[in-house]
Amino acid sequence: MKPTDIASPDYFHKVVDCQWACPAHTPVPEYIRLIAAGKFDEAYSINWVSNVFPGVLGRTCDRPCEPACRRGRVEEKNAEKPEPVAICRLKRVAADNKTNFERLLPSAPEKTNGKKIACIGAGPSSLTVARDLSLIGYEVVIFDQDKKSAGMIRSQIPRFRLPESVIDEEVGYIEGLGVEIKNGVRIDSLQALLEQDFDAVFVGAGAPRGRDIQIEGRAEAAKHIHIGIDWLSSVSFGHVSKISKRVVVLGGGNTAMDCCRTARRLGGKEVTVVVRSGFDEMKASPWEKEDAIHEGIPILNYRVPKRFLHDKGKLKGVEFEIVEVRYDEKGKRRLVPTEDAPEVIPCDEVLVAIGQENAFPWIESDCGVKFLDSGLPKLNPTTFQSTNKKVFFGGDAAFGPKNIIWAVAHGHEAAISIDRLCSGDSVSDRPSPDVNLISQKMGIHEWTYDNDISNDLRNKVPLVDQKIALKDIKVEVEVGFDFKLAMSEAQRCLNCDVQTVFTAPLCIECDACTDICPMDCITFTENGPEKAVRERLTAKSTNTTQDLYVSSALKTGRVMFKDEDVCLHCGLCAERCPTGAWDMRKFYLQTAKAGAACQNAK
Amino acid sequence: MTFIAKPKLRHPELQRNKHGFTRRDYEGAVSTLCAGCGHDSISAAIIQACYELELPPHRVAKLSGIGCSSKTPTYFLGNAHGFNSVHGRMPSVLTGANLANRDLIYLGVSGDGDSASIGLGQFAHILRRGVNMVYIVENNGVYGLTKGQFSATADRGSKSKRGVENHSASIDLVMLAIELGATYVARGFSGDKSQLVPLIKGAISHRGAAFIDCISPCIAFNNHSGSTKGFDYVREHNEAVNFLDVMTPRDEITADYAPGSVQEIKQHDGTVLRLRKISEDYDVHDRVAAMHYLQKSKAAGDIVTGVLHVDPESPDLHDTLGTVSAPLNSLGKKELCPGKSAIDKFNAARR
Ligand SMILES: Cc1cc2nc3c(=O)[nH]c(=O)nc-3n(C[C@H](O)[C@H](O)[C@H](O)COP(=O)(O)OP(=O)(O)OC[C@H]3O[C@@H](n4cnc5c(N)ncnc54)[C@H](O)[C@@H]3O)c2cc1C
Ligand SMILES: Cc1ncc(C[n+]2csc(CCOP(=O)(O)OP(=O)(O)O)c2C)c(N)n1
Ligand code: SF4
Ligand code: SF4
Ligand code: SF4
Ligand SMILES: [Mg+2]
Repeated sequence: MKPTDIASPDYFHKVVDCQWACPAHTPVPEYIRLIAAGKFDEAYSINWVSNVFPGVLGRTCDRPCEPACRRGRVEEKNAEKPEPVAICRLKRVAADNKTNFERLLPSAPEKTNGKKIACIGAGPSSLTVARDLSLIGYEVVIFDQDKKSAGMIRSQIPRFRLPESVIDEEVGYIEGLGVEIKNGVRIDSLQALLEQDFDAVFVGAGAPRGRDIQIEGRAEAAKHIHIGIDWLSSVSFGHVSKISKRVVVLGGGNTAMDCCRTARRLGGKEVTVVVRSGFDEMKASPWEKEDAIHEGIPILNYRVPKRFLHDKGKLKGVEFEIVEVRYDEKGKRRLVPTEDAPEVIPCDEVLVAIGQENAFPWIESDCGVKFLDSGLPKLNPTTFQSTNKKVFFGGDAAFGPKNIIWAVAHGHEAAISIDRLCSGDSVSDRPSPDVNLISQKMGIHEWTYDNDISNDLRNKVPLVDQKIALKDIKVEVEVGFDFKLAMSEAQRCLNCDVQTVFTAPLCIECDACTDICPMDCITFTENGPEKAVRERLTAKSTNTTQDLYVSSALKTGRVMFKDEDVCLHCGLCAERCPTGAWDMRKFYLQTAKAGAACQNAK
Repeated sequence: MTFIAKPKLRHPELQRNKHGFTRRDYEGAVSTLCAGCGHDSISAAIIQACYELELPPHRVAKLSGIGCSSKTPTYFLGNAHGFNSVHGRMPSVLTGANLANRDLIYLGVSGDGDSASIGLGQFAHILRRGVNMVYIVENNGVYGLTKGQFSATADRGSKSKRGVENHSASIDLVMLAIELGATYVARGFSGDKSQLVPLIKGAISHRGAAFIDCISPCIAFNNHSGSTKGFDYVREHNEAVNFLDVMTPRDEITADYAPGSVQEIKQHDGTVLRLRKISEDYDVHDRVAAMHYLQKSKAAGDIVTGVLHVDPESPDLHDTLGTVSAPLNSLGKKELCPGKSAIDKFNAARR
């Protein structure tokens, strides 16, 4: 194997599993340490720079970082139920406990740079573009058909998960930068917009169309059958405040989970979720399913809706065919009807939550924006530029429905592209991230970070009493971590950004690091092909998604291999190293944002 | 030393032995020795050897004298018995313990100062008596704990950290051990665990006085150029005569070696020591030839390592004394106080 090139930003970035997995590459361990130090304003600020909506995301993020978190792997076979750090809910701790974040809030330049950008839709992707560009002097105007901004954050995510005050606050920071949001304005023609004096247009219009179901009885019982996302937004904007006693929710994604839990709060006593496939294959996150079940909502699986039963238009129930999984000769998975009789679930109303679609009826076919067969725009996947070089897409409008943090990540990249376009630079040349690697040594065995490893298991977020929670949709279910729980949870973080850096010429091969390492990460052995090396490390290395850190040849001709997989970043290797060949250095990476400093960078 | 305890978390793939223990369960408290001290590597090798031999830690007794080396029993086998005795006096305490309870596994840990200076007499007598034990000297050529004075194993002509030359002749503990009748004698190096771990396993499975001289660089006071006990010097002059595989009765014995290149020695407990010869003419059974070879190599400046002498058939101290086979603490009042008539008979036999 070749010696590892630690100068390449990706190498250590990958070691910070959470940051690598976060679409916006939030420097997670840094903000967790700040929380542990009680510096909530600073912790919030780091989040605000990276993900723009820390308070919102701290309650609602899809948290791709958590399945990636190293803590889950190191607790494997050490704890009954290995669990990642509660990265997401710690974000909320920063948001809830900050006292004076405004002092850290940057302001937009006094004078604009004379460039004008239009954003369609006021969802998280557009708001991110607007924030990044207004900070460097652009004049940004956002158009949204809804009365209030924030897109689906406001219209879809129910209040019991996300209080409106949090949305207002975080949209407020962006408006405070001078971004103009024109609410209640629907864009009906992209062409017309392009004819105005905008230097670029960002389309952050989301995936606004809920998929319908076409089975017998759909038209007749239409009054009692609602499209999930339309119904949720009617609830959010106060047009709907009640539902019947017996409700069936069709679908297994997060919309279905929000529909059923909302129904429970608006009068639904017997709310049932029914999915076609298996419980485990549901699109909703495990915690969303847990939350629904916890609120007394059964989830029935392997049932395919066949008919809506009604009495002259008055809904009576839904009939389902019972299916099972079979694999055909080619090994393809199929749902096949069983011998069982169809099952009827009596109900008064149905919420259909079986998917979302994109729709751009307002984009003229001759305005230069080409579309794929899927109905999605043809885009460059890194620059988000469409076939009309002045038009960019992001969020759910770009590649179909995803989530808030992806919308934010798209927004950052699109903002860079727009800035480069407006500055006359090549849009496809991308600026590199800001990277820093600094020793954390303070004394012989003292580090700037707390290197002791906590044995605490993941803390549960306290909930409000269910009787109260189910009575009022505005009552936030989660109370959030209190101070003690927050500190315990923060200490579970392994500080994966504090890297073990090895300087081969200093090593005297005394074995001290190998001997002390609690996780058997370090091996001195002969070099060879990666597969063979992984076999003969001190602890057999099976997780090939994690890199091996490889040194150059040492005095004895051997090579130092460090398996990054389950390193605790405890720094004991560096403490036991007599020559300082090992050092603990903090790797801080901030992705490039739109701005003058990076305009000409590669 | 480090300020934090070694984290409890361990590698998820660590295997458990028949007692349900992983290697980590054979550890002790976190070391307070200097970073990089060879002694810590020897502790790690002992941990590995005990784990691989599946020893029940509570059946092991660790005894030591005074010195950095003698501190190390605290850092391995936290669940074993331990006795940190007086400078140079580990052998007599170990002998007494062994006489009282022959069922424990005895591990004497000492330093070159502890064994070759103040404790040289004790060292000699425990070996010649054939006490069933493993005696490890963690040999760094200095008194580490008292800040690096030359010890009696420092080679003539080697230099201290401050450049002062040693004019006294050195004591070669391996030569002495063979001379004094130790029945398993080996030399290892803390910087080569692939060699050291089997040497320790072989010593533990040996019945009788097993002695290991383990060169163990003192990072703080004896790892400079001019030292003959530093990492670089030992690596340059290391001449292994054989490579040992230890096969317990549980291990499947495979035979995939060229005839004549391997020597197998069956130990008392059924363990087989398989020696892959590196030096063709070295015979571990021949004491006189071994001593001759060692003298010659020493004169040539080589540090001979490996298994240097084994005699698997010799009696141990209990055999020669004809002591009772059960540990004294398991004897009842009847055995311990056999009554007047038994005493009278005993005395009569001596008149
Ligand atoms: C029920 C539900 C629950 C969800 N829960 C979560 C969650 O917990 N966590 C999470 O991360 N994600 C969640 N999502 C997904 C998340 O809301 C979206 O992925 C995200 O909001 C997409 O952001 P966006 O910027 O693409 O635009 P959107 O948020 O979709 O906003 C688009 C905006 O554009 C407006 N618009 C559209 N067309 C026009 C036009 N022609 N003129 C003017 N305005 C227009 C729309 O009215 C809307 O306000 C959920 C989605 C749903 C449906
Ligand atoms: C009776 C007595 N004499 C002298 C000392 C001082 N002393 C402590 S350790 C030591 C030498 C230890 O050397 P060694 O056994 O080689 O151990 P190392 O520290 O090198 O591992 C001496 C002389 C003592 N503790 N007790
Ligand atoms: S332990 Fe901390 S730094 Fe490491 S992946 Fe998890 S949250 Fe990130
Ligand atoms: S920081 Fe060093 S000692 Fe700690 S787990 Fe990682 S490699 Fe091992
Ligand atoms: S003084 Fe020498 S022998 Fe003692 S702990 Fe330090 S390095 Fe080891
Ligand atoms: Mg010594």
